Amino acid sequence: MKLLSSCEKVKKRNIDQGAIMKLNKILKNAFLIIFACIALSACATSKKTGQMQGDVYTGTDTVEYLASGVPDRVFFATNESVLTTASRETLRKQAAWLRKNSKITVVLEGHADERGTREYNLALGERRANAAKDYLMTYGISSDRISVLSYGKERPVDSGSNPLAWSKNRRSVTVKAN
Amino acid sequence: MFRILIICLVFFSPSKLIALIEVDITRGNLNPLPIAVSPLSIDENSRKNFEKILKKKDIGSEISIVVEKNLKTSGLFNPLNKDAFLQAPDIANLKPRFEDWNLIKAQALITGKVSFVDDKLRVEFRLWDVLAGKEMMALAFTTVPNNWRRVGHIITDKVYERLTGEKGYFDTRIIYVAEDGPKTRRIKKLAIMDQDGANNKFLTLGNELVLTPRFNPTSQMVTYLSYFKNLPRVYLLDIETGMQEVVGDFPGMTFAPRFSPDGKKIIMSFAKDGNSDIYTMNLENRIVEKITNHPSIDTSPSYSPDGKYICFNSDRSGYQQIYIMKNDGSGVKRISFGKGLYGTPVWSPRGDLIAFTKLHKGKFYIGVMRTDGSGERLLTENFYQEAPSWSPNGRVLIFYRETETDDKGKGFSAKLWSIDLTGYNERLVNTPTDASDPSWSSLLSN
Repeated sequence: MKLLSSCEKVKKRNIDQGAIMKLNKILKNAFLIIFACIALSACATSKKTGQMQGDVYTGTDTVEYLASGVPDRVFFATNESVLTTASRETLRKQAAWLRKNSKITVVLEGHADERGTREYNLALGERRANAAKDYLMTYGISSDRISVLSYGKERPVDSGSNPLAWSKNRRSVTVKAN
Repeated sequence: MFRILIICLVFFSPSKLIALIEVDITRGNLNPLPIAVSPLSIDENSRKNFEKILKKKDIGSEISIVVEKNLKTSGLFNPLNKDAFLQAPDIANLKPRFEDWNLIKAQALITGKVSFVDDKLRVEFRLWDVLAGKEMMALAFTTVPNNWRRVGHIITDKVYERLTGEKGYFDTRIIYVAEDGPKTRRIKKLAIMDQDGANNKFLTLGNELVLTPRFNPTSQMVTYLSYFKNLPRVYLLDIETGMQEVVGDFPGMTFAPRFSPDGKKIIMSFAKDGNSDIYTMNLENRIVEKITNHPSIDTSPSYSPDGKYICFNSDRSGYQQIYIMKNDGSGVKRISFGKGLYGTPVWSPRGDLIAFTKLHKGKFYIGVMRTDGSGERLLTENFYQEAPSWSPNGRVLIFYRETETDDKGKGFSAKLWSIDLTGYNERLVNTPTDASDPSWSSLLSN
């Protein structure tokens, strides 16, 4: 008798689970559709407003944060290592954060896009990271706390072969080293 | 213009036979020379011995296949189908019946014999001019059995030299970077293989990023860039012993290394505070010299074969261009003036040309120009390609090419390609994995 009732229970639970799973599926599908709509509209709007100014990336897709409100990376124009107004603002935030957290040291990783020869790009990545380093130093961060590492075109974040992907890859990323 | 030049000269000089067939390698060749490569004959006893050692049923036939593939790859020869051969290999090697070979339109014929002598591989081969009915060359070598592929390469080099008048490039190796994994996180290893893709071997494990390996003049040592411990530095590797050492003690990234033509120095870039300059380090006394001193990027240095000059890449004009200077850094002169950006200059082993990569209107080109910048010729255009390296005879360039990815960033691959200086005979070089940054060795048998 006991055995039987437990069997029944199991069966019941199975049925319940089945129903929940079905519901889940429906919800998931609905979410997927909603998500897809959002994604599509995002694409549409991004195309309109542009995620690039000139050919400098201005979006936030790949950006991570060192702390709340402190983006970890700045972007560059093709073949350039000049900091844009937006880049300088980001670096000032990083400098403020570094001043507040005086024990933290960072590595500035400089990158180039895939549309250049490997050796030149190694040099270009180094030049970009140093542009960021120089700016942090003018805002009072000691050079002892900043090291520089160029990856050239070896570590893209976006594997696309299009101008938007390349703009995301032309970057200097500030990475916590300790 | 693309016609093959076969000069059939008959000299009625009884004492001396002069080249009868000639292949002109200075122009694109749409009419490769028909050549018959007869399987090398082998006696039953030798065959059994080699089968035991090399696990190859008929090593004579295997060697002839190596020769045949090399000749075909050169684009200058058209090896004929063996099914059409009428004469048995052993008899052909004694005295070919030229009418038979003529019948299948062979103009040249290679025959030979393999034997097992004192545990060694002995190979003799002959090159015949079918039309003239004459022997052009006869040579024999003895080596350890494991070297059998090299024997095939050496035979090809001798035939190539006899018929074109220039040294071959078949008994050579390629060092390159083997690639694997997603584009955003490529795993890269140093790898070495024979020029035809055989005997591939990985030299590093892939734990750290490695780039741009280049041989020294004897092809025993390699200089390359490694991110060991996340410190990008130029290293030196002894291929035989596997010994590695960092080159110099620089407080920053060193990269773009190459050997000097005498093998005594390494020339490279050193990047510091956003500025890359060119330095040399003498490997004997460790003395470091600064060669360029300019606030721009100076990189990709390459010596002229006599060591007196250096070509390099600089953006001192605002964009990447090619410059040359004396080996002490004096007399810097820009030589690239065409439209677009220029990079990766490499001086030809013959001394007369500089190969380069060019970027113009979103396309990449491999090209050559004279050392004064005149006579620019673009050999091939693609979505992405760079880093040419010369064959030791200066007739062929090997480089790498990357594919365009699709909308989702998929479909990336990197492969090695070769092309003749004429701009013809473009070929994919087979590698077991994706590949980049090739460097061609010198002739190993010289």
